Amino acid sequence: MEPIITRHIGTPDLWRLETYQAHGGYETLARALREHQPDDLVAIVRDAGLRGRGGAGFPTGVKWGFLPKDGRPRYLICNGDESEPGTFKDRLLLENDPHQVLEGLILSCYAVGAHLAFIYLRGEFFLGAQRVQAAIDEAYAAGYLGRNILGSDMNLEVLLHRGAGAYICGEETGLIESLEGKRAYPRIKPPFPANIGAFGMPTVVNNVETLANVRHIVAHGAEWYNSIGPERNRGTRMWCVSGRVRKPGVYEVPLGIPLRELIFDHAGGLEEGRTLKAVIPGGSSSPILTAEEAMAVDSDFDALQRAGTLGGSGGLMVLDDRVCVVQSSYIISEFYHDESCGQCTPCRQGTGWMTKLLHRIEHGEGRPGDVDLLLSMGGNIFGRTICPLGDAAVWPVESAINKFRSEFDHHISERRCLPGTESIL
Amino acid sequence: MAVQLSEAAQARIAQLIERYPTPRAVMLPALHLATQEFPYLDDEVCQAVADLLQVPMVDVKGVATFYTMFPTEPQGTHEVHVCFNLSCSLKGGRRLLRHAEQRLGIEVGQTTPDGRFTLRGVECMAACDKAPMLYVDDELYGNVTEEKLDELLQQKSSGE
Repeated sequence: MEPIITRHIGTPDLWRLETYQAHGGYETLARALREHQPDDLVAIVRDAGLRGRGGAGFPTGVKWGFLPKDGRPRYLICNGDESEPGTFKDRLLLENDPHQVLEGLILSCYAVGAHLAFIYLRGEFFLGAQRVQAAIDEAYAAGYLGRNILGSDMNLEVLLHRGAGAYICGEETGLIESLEGKRAYPRIKPPFPANIGAFGMPTVVNNVETLANVRHIVAHGAEWYNSIGPERNRGTRMWCVSGRVRKPGVYEVPLGIPLRELIFDHAGGLEEGRTLKAVIPGGSSSPILTAEEAMAVDSDFDALQRAGTLGGSGGLMVLDDRVCVVQSSYIISEFYHDESCGQCTPCRQGTGWMTKLLHRIEHGEGRPGDVDLLLSMGGNIFGRTICPLGDAAVWPVESAINKFRSEFDHHISERRCLPGTESIL
Repeated sequence: MAVQLSEAAQARIAQLIERYPTPRAVMLPALHLATQEFPYLDDEVCQAVADLLQVPMVDVKGVATFYTMFPTEPQGTHEVHVCFNLSCSLKGGRRLLRHAEQRLGIEVGQTTPDGRFTLRGVECMAACDKAPMLYVDDELYGNVTEEKLDELLQQKSSGE
């Protein structure tokens, strides 16, 4: 099927307002302000069944519905802090089609009654920051932002807020702390941001791709959206395929297509002579799948969950037969250790110990019992931290051990990688 | 005299304070501005930012030291950031990083003695379709080979 969100990507100067308008840009906003009440939009998005595209896959309309109606100001934050290793779709949208995200954001603010919104952009997105700021400026000048938007009584201010290099800001309460000018230490929940979020006020945090979806759902309706993808998994997903494939890139496909199709048809399959070894489907924190599992599973949220993993952020990494799983696990573990914010002891210390053990095993210094020690350490981190970073650090290692145990044991008994693998360290 | 941000930066910060719900929320924008104006954020610079935001200096320093993009010690003229996360490693990112070490004669995290380059291994930069990738300062380079890296370093070296 024709892509929805990425349909116009590749059009020259798509990031300029006039190009976006030439493709029907902001017509949906104009119509929605004329024809819909805010609650209608919440209902449309809820009925469409849109699930968040940032990682957790939580239904967006339901999230919006949690906002208490108590008269306090509400804020909406666009989470553009894309940092989960293997994920690069939000960058594509922000750099190439910022107005689409902005239109989705304005519609979402209208729906939830927010008059101030923030686009929290990953600090290293230098080009994205330029393009998004230019888009915001154009939108103000054209009357899509500011006071009395398009002659309606809607007022909305949007501020671009640049992060400064911290993975933990992708976690919504860490992001909120960061926005408030603090270290990005995630908060204990409850209270949830819907009730006490940024600056103590009810706050909605939505991912970039999620907001882009809102624009199309409002344009075409819930029924249309429900015609794409399986039940409870509606719409398309922008999959980011990387690693050992011929054509790494972003592929927008209906939710639920077989993972096999994504890897072999869209991303061009593996290099000549290589075979599939494993797939990490939803960013580096998602549990690894063996080739056999990956070839049998569909790409929707629920199917991946039934297979014991996650669609997560849509960052799909492909490992071929030359890759050592101990090495890939070590690299992932090192990342979570590096990015642990340091607030909770199990995560701060545990991720470091896991990384050290994996380093030792990889470098031929592993001792009998080390693999079980890794599993037990994982058990002491998992579920014992304020935010999901602790869990995210455990999943990839635990799943790699459970599925490729003999490879870890081989490192300990033979003090080297399996024959036929090539080092990526 | 105490260190101060430029008048333009101070004006920008004052303007942002009007737009954000709290002055403290202007912390990251203010530190980004300070990073452009000073080689690194020492206690004096943190104090200058603290005065503008009307928060204690330790709060500014606490934030500055938390985020990797705020330098708290001197940096080279050019910063070379090579991704060493999984997707890039699968395409030779870590080999590239070692090549950069050899070429510059320093280890990851160090600055060349002439102060030209600081080399860093960095976490995923959300450009895995261009693996292996790196940043030189604010510019992203994808599908980087050892030859391309040599060329880039040469270019930056002579471009000063």
